[in-house]
Amino acid sequence: MSLYALSKLMFRLNREPELQVRFRSDPASVASEFTLTAEERGAVLDHDIGLLYVLGVNGQLLMHFAPLVGIEWSDYLQRMRDGIKRHGPVRAGIYAMTTSPDGKVAG
Amino acid sequence: MSLVFAGVCSHAPGITGRAGRADPAHRDEFYAAFHRMRDALDTARPDAVMVVAAEHFANFFMNNMPAYAIGMGESYDGPIEDEGWLAIPKRVVRGDPDLSQRLISGVMQTVDTAYAEEWKFDHGIMVPLHFLDPENRYRVIPANINCQGPPLTPLHRAWAFGEAIRHAADALPERIALICTGGISHWPCTPDSGTVNEAWDRDFLDRWARNDRAAMTDYTDHETYADAGQGGFEIRTFIACAAAARGKGAIWHYRPIPIFAVGCTIGVMEIE
Repeated sequence: MSLYALSKLMFRLNREPELQVRFRSDPASVASEFTLTAEERGAVLDHDIGLLYVLGVNGQLLMHFAPLVGIEWSDYLQRMRDGIKRHGPVRAGIYAMTTSPDGKVAG
Repeated sequence: MSLVFAGVCSHAPGITGRAGRADPAHRDEFYAAFHRMRDALDTARPDAVMVVAAEHFANFFMNNMPAYAIGMGESYDGPIEDEGWLAIPKRVVRGDPDLSQRLISGVMQTVDTAYAEEWKFDHGIMVPLHFLDPENRYRVIPANINCQGPPLTPLHRAWAFGEAIRHAADALPERIALICTGGISHWPCTPDSGTVNEAWDRDFLDRWARNDRAAMTDYTDHETYADAGQGGFEIRTFIACAAAARGKGAIWHYRPIPIFAVGCTIGVMEIE
């Protein structure tokens, strides 16, 4: 697992407008610049918020990846719940879910 | 001169970004408290506003994460977030490198803070500035306490950081205002977003308002994580404020607004 590299990709996408432009035009090339597992690379290229969440990407990074790829707030929250259902609990980090995947707090 | 104003406020991105989805009465009451704080800040006539925030990987990352950092830039760009998502227009905020350097030197007498001439503001600083400095006229000195994740600076060191800011400010001719911004209990960016432990918040705010150092620093991170979520680590900013101000606090506003994902808080503290 290379959560650090995956997180670094999210961090740089979050704060570098030039990288955002490149990611929109050639996401596979951007992803190749980071040492990711096949699962991580697939999650990035598929905009798979649920899997990225389960893999342990810090929420403060993932939250910004969502609007970058056109996913609005409520959809972002639901995709994380769906990810838990599909892939099981969050595997790393401190952004684990404490409520039920069928619950909904706000938004 | 010295510290001329000290206060705490929330900074959650939903406060602006999801404004239209909150109960309008609750939202407007909270905004009014923010505006009251803006007026109090203006009345204090600061030469510069120091914003102690808990930034969220906008600048500092796990390749080189400082426990404490203070900005020393000519200017700062923000917000880094998508403008539509945060609903705050981009601006260039004026810094003051000379004042920063003198302040940092003072802080370094007791706390080994990092400094940064490059710093991009995220919602953690931009939401407060959006309300407190809508005309973008203040010189701002950003500071960051790592509240993102372990290993975290201990609470008693957050207190020491606040004390160091006070000692440094006391030695300067400028009038310094201090805004410390964080959430109390909250579970931001997760499916739990919107959960708030109101009883825990009110208990912490009571400790803060009494400026009870022992009570404010009497939490382990394990307890905070369990009771107040990973967002609860941001109480470090409140603790720094209390250490700097030394007086009693007044909570001007507290109400959980779930779509804002935090107990929306405005508090000011007497400077003694």
